[in-house]
Parts: sequence; C-alpha cells; structure tokens
Amino acid sequence: MNAQANDAALTATSNSPERYYTYGYLDEQTKRMIRRAILKAVAIPGYQVPFGSREMPVPYGWGTGGIQLTAAIIGPDDVYKCIDQGADDTTNAVSIRRFFAKVADVATTEDTAEATIIQSRHRIPEHPLKDGQIMVFQVPQPEPLRGLEPREMETRAMHAYEEYGLQYVSLYENVSAFGRIAATAGYPVMVDERYLMSPSPIPKFDNPKLHNSQALMLFGAGREKRIYAIPPHTTVRSLDFEDYPFETQKWEESCALCAADDSYLDEVVLDDQGQRMFVCSDSHYCSDRRAQGFRGPMAGHELVDIDKDAGQ
Amino acid sequence: MAYVAVKGGERAISNAHALLEEARRGDPSVPELLVDQVREQLSLSVDRVMAEGSCYDRDLAALAIKQSAGDVAEATFLMRAYRTTLPRFGFSKPVETAAMAVRRRISAAFKDIPGGQVLGATFDYTHRLLDFKLAAEGADPVAPAPQALEPMVHPLPTISSVFSHENLLEQEARFDGDDEPFDLTREPMSFPAGRDQRLQALARGDEGFLLSLAYSSQRGWGSTHPLCGEIRMGEVPVEFIPDELGFPIEIADITLTECIMLSGFAGSAERAPQYTRGYGLTFGHNERKTMSMAIVDRALRARELGEEVDAPCQDEEFVLYHSDNVEASGFVQHLKLPHYVDFQADLLFLRKLRAEFFDRKAAAEAITAHQMEPAE
Repeated sequence: MNAQANDAALTATSNSPERYYTYGYLDEQTKRMIRRAILKAVAIPGYQVPFGSREMPVPYGWGTGGIQLTAAIIGPDDVYKCIDQGADDTTNAVSIRRFFAKVADVATTEDTAEATIIQSRHRIPEHPLKDGQIMVFQVPQPEPLRGLEPREMETRAMHAYEEYGLQYVSLYENVSAFGRIAATAGYPVMVDERYLMSPSPIPKFDNPKLHNSQALMLFGAGREKRIYAIPPHTTVRSLDFEDYPFETQKWEESCALCAADDSYLDEVVLDDQGQRMFVCSDSHYCSDRRAQGFRGPMAGHELVDIDKDAGQ
Repeated sequence: MAYVAVKGGERAISNAHALLEEARRGDPSVPELLVDQVREQLSLSVDRVMAEGSCYDRDLAALAIKQSAGDVAEATFLMRAYRTTLPRFGFSKPVETAAMAVRRRISAAFKDIPGGQVLGATFDYTHRLLDFKLAAEGADPVAPAPQALEPMVHPLPTISSVFSHENLLEQEARFDGDDEPFDLTREPMSFPAGRDQRLQALARGDEGFLLSLAYSSQRGWGSTHPLCGEIRMGEVPVEFIPDELGFPIEIADITLTECIMLSGFAGSAERAPQYTRGYGLTFGHNERKTMSMAIVDRALRARELGEEVDAPCQDEEFVLYHSDNVEASGFVQHLKLPHYVDFQADLLFLRKLRAEFFDRKAAAEAITAHQMEPAE
C-alpha cells in the first residue's frame, strides 16, 4: 500500500468502510486489557505487571510498549508530545507522533507544559511536570535485576521476597572497582520503599524528577510484555550508600545555544579535529529559553535552524 | 568535516520511504511481480511467512513477501502486525492429523510402514545443480507428474498406531477439551511454561534459531538421540464450534506439516522404559522447521522426564524467550535508534575514569622518579 492510501485508511471517519483500524489503532478489548494492567500498576507502584502485549506496526524495541500505553489512554481531547533523547525532532519521535496524529485524531505539541500525554524514550523533560500530565516511557528492559540474573523465574521471586541484596552487592563491586557507582543511565531506584525499579534508560540526571512527581509516570515494555507505574507523589529513591551518595551528572560547560546550566547536555561533534559543542538534549526547553532571549556562546549556530526545519 | 545532523525530520523519513518503494520495484523495464505469482511460485516462502507470522492466509503472505522485497523476516513482521488487529473469535477443535489428506509422509523408523512411504514433492534426493533451463525465458510448460495407479490408503495409519499394541511409545498427549489452550498472542510468556505455550512459541519461532538449536542438540549439547518417527504433510479440515450453534462446523482446509521424533527413555522407578516423543507442527510445508521443532520440544521435556538440564536447547527460558524473530529482529535493530543521551552519560563516566587513571599514573611516576634520584 502506498503512503497516501495508508493515510486514508487510518484517518477515515470511525466505522466507515475505509477505516481499517479502530480509534487509537488498538481494538477496544485490547485497550481494556491494557487499562486494567495500568490500574494494577498504579495500585502497586514499581511492580511489573505482565500484559498481553501486541505486535504493533513498529518493531519491538522501537517504542511498542509506550505506544500501547498511549493508545490505551489517549482521547480526542488530549494534547500529545513525543520525544526521543529529549528532542521532539528525532526520527523515531517524529514517526510515533505522526502515528497518533493519524490514528487518534489528536493535537500534537512540542510544548511540555501544554501536553497532557508525553511519550518519551531516554529522557524526562526539564520543564517540571504538573498535576494531570502523564509521562509514558518506552522501556527496553523492565527488569532492573536482569543484568545480574538472566532468569525471569528467579527475578520474580527476588521481587516477591524483596530480596535485593544482589543489587547492592553489584553497586558495592562498582565502588571497589571504579571508586563510585558506575550506573550512568537506567540507574536503579526503589519505589515507595518496596519495589526495585528500572527507570528505563534515562540518564541518572533525570532520576530526581521521578521523586514526588506531580505527574503520573507510566512505563511500557512491549517486547518484554510488562507495564509498571509511579503514581503522583510517590517516594522514589535512587540506590546509594551513606559514604557514596547518589549524585547526578554535571558539566563544566553550559548550553552553547541558550546558556542553560541546569539541563542535560548532548555533546555535538563539530568536526573531526576535536571541536565540539554542548547543547540541551531537551530541544523544547532550549528553544523556549532562546525565545526568552537567553543566548549561549554559539547562539545562532546552524544547529538552531536544523531544529526548526525538522520540527515543521 | 562539517557537522552532520543526527536529527531528521518528517521530510527525511518520507523521502527515504519513497526511495524504498523505488528500490523494491527494481528496474521498471522488468515486468512487475504479481502477488499471485509469489503465492504460486514462491510457495515455500509463503509457507514460512504464514507459519512464523501465525496467520494462515496465502494471499496476505504473498503480499507481505512482495512488499518486503523478499525479506522473509520483514514479511513475517507485516503478517504479525496485521493479524494482531483481527478479532479473536475463539479456538478451534484440535485438528485430526491422523485423518490428514496426505501429500507426503515418510518414516525413518521402519522400512515399510502401513500405508507406505509417500515421497510427495520434495527436494530430497535432488542433485543440487543449478537448472539453467529455468533461467531461459519462455520455457516450456512443466509436464504433469505421473499419477499413481491406485489411490493412497485413507486415512493413512500413523506411527503411533504402529506402536499402539506394545506400548513401546508413550501415549499422545490429548487435549481434554476443558481448559482453554494458552494463547501467546493474548497473554505474555510465563514460566514454567506448559507444553501448549511451548509448542505455540516454537510453531511461531524462527526457523533458523530452531534449526541451530536442534543441530546443537544432535551434536551433543543436550542430545535427545532423535529418530524421525514420522513426517506428514497435507490438508486437514479445521472445525470450530460457534457459540450460537453449539456444534462444530468446518471453516477451512489448511495445509500442515507434522513431525514426530522418537527418543529413547531409560525409564524410572515408576515408569517402564519406552520411546518418548518430540512434537512439531507448522502451517504449510515447512519440513526443516517442523523437524527442528520436534527435536527442541523433546529437549525441553528434559526436566519433566527427570533428565539433566545443562544445554541451551533444554533451557525453556533461553529457548522460548529468544525464538521469536519479530521480537529479536526489532530489539537487535533498535540499536540503530539514537542513543546519544545514554552515550553522553557513558562518555562522562569514561572520561572521569581515564582522568583518574592518568592522575594515578603521573603520581606513581613522580614517586618513582623521586626514588631514582641519586642520593646527595
């Protein structure tokens, strides 16, 4: 089918013969099954709820868990934002945003404050989230203990018995090998002082944003068929030791475009002679600051135009 | 070297897709491949896509193969993504493969098995020599194959029936009709896996993965010493009991390949020695896959039969979690997505470690240099 015929099939009015797929793509039974899993996940913060994950029209590993969560909760009044690596204009984020614009007839935005649903891979936006917003995370590996124990039967038992000694031993081994805890992204957290949870591969820089958040955090792992959640105002503690406390990433530089010194920075290689610049990974946060008149040392760099062009 | 944008907008994506369409079509001076040509002339690809795509529809499988430019894993993914949107009406009655309209049936266990060996259409015993006649255009129509002088026995006796009065072969596991069979397309994998869940996973599993696992078992990594009891391929009717009728109706005739592998069992205190079975069943004509499935099924029965579990093919989490090529292909290829946020986190860490390494080294060298200085 060519792209245009595809568009027509997806955007035709509900129940017309041209509409081959239901609103939000998933059939109503599947959405109900996912909503039930979400309710259970919210009721047991940090617990991984198995669910009957479906094949989606994008590959496993490319956001199928997040897409199924969004498909189950989205409605025509929602405003949808989708980011990958913090940016609205990365290819996969563009692709997923277009998908929901088509199958859910939904308004899309890049503005964090304006969005009701924010789907993300690898980042939490810099702009503080507020009551009523829902973060949807795409999760490649929901099991925080998987790297230490490959067997699902074992790890499920470890969670059931709250047996997390292995995790602490692993962190201790980090300290003895590297002088610090080595996890840099996907840094394990304890939710509501009960379940050990993987925050998905967000940089540990974003971990504090999970703690007592006003927004509901939903995590979907399509391939691994698990959903978990952090309800608003829940205690989320990044694991550490008294003498090796948790700390986030810091940069000596500030954003070259907007001068922000409080945001997660991406390193952009300018040439193969070692020249590089650091810019906000959160593209909307950066452009918002530039609109407010903040100017970094390389403000006006062509990278700004690339953002604009891609965001069209 | 100028800065290369790693970010790409909608335009880049749609242009790439236009180029893909062009590449798929190939040289426009060559006539376009029709879906029914794929269905009729690439029938074994169609069968594989139906089996791994878990969807019995030759036309859709042929379309998927055409759309994916012959990439069978991609075609399987297209089938799965389509099938998942279909409503599930229920489950059929178990198909009776014993009553199959057989097109091919062989047994390696006996020289002659009741009903006989039926070779059917097979690559076996062909000499793998490229047939340049096929490359010539406008080749003559294929002459019809000779017909047998007498009709085949129907129903064709099964290997189980041959063994039945001596109890040398364990009984077939029968579906009792009460419990709804496990359905992986509705429920996630769970462990320990029942045999229904396992067989469904294997039937959908990647042929290459199962082939290699079966091969590893044959080479001694969890050997089951299998013997090919029977392979049969042909058509069976599918019966379904709609709620509103309450009695079975035939809804389809489908082609299936079935394989029963026999493996010895030494017996235990409670159980007499006998042959055990490994079972393989797939949509379409998929012999290599079905045989591999039967070997792996038997290997995965190790725990049940009190055998040692130490090889990959006997480990159900290892086998069942990694046999699905739609999951595997997606996750391996997701590495193409940008990872620069995590990479940046990693880089910061690595730079810190390196800085500390060189500081330590410099400090150690300074001490050594100090010690080497001649005493005054």
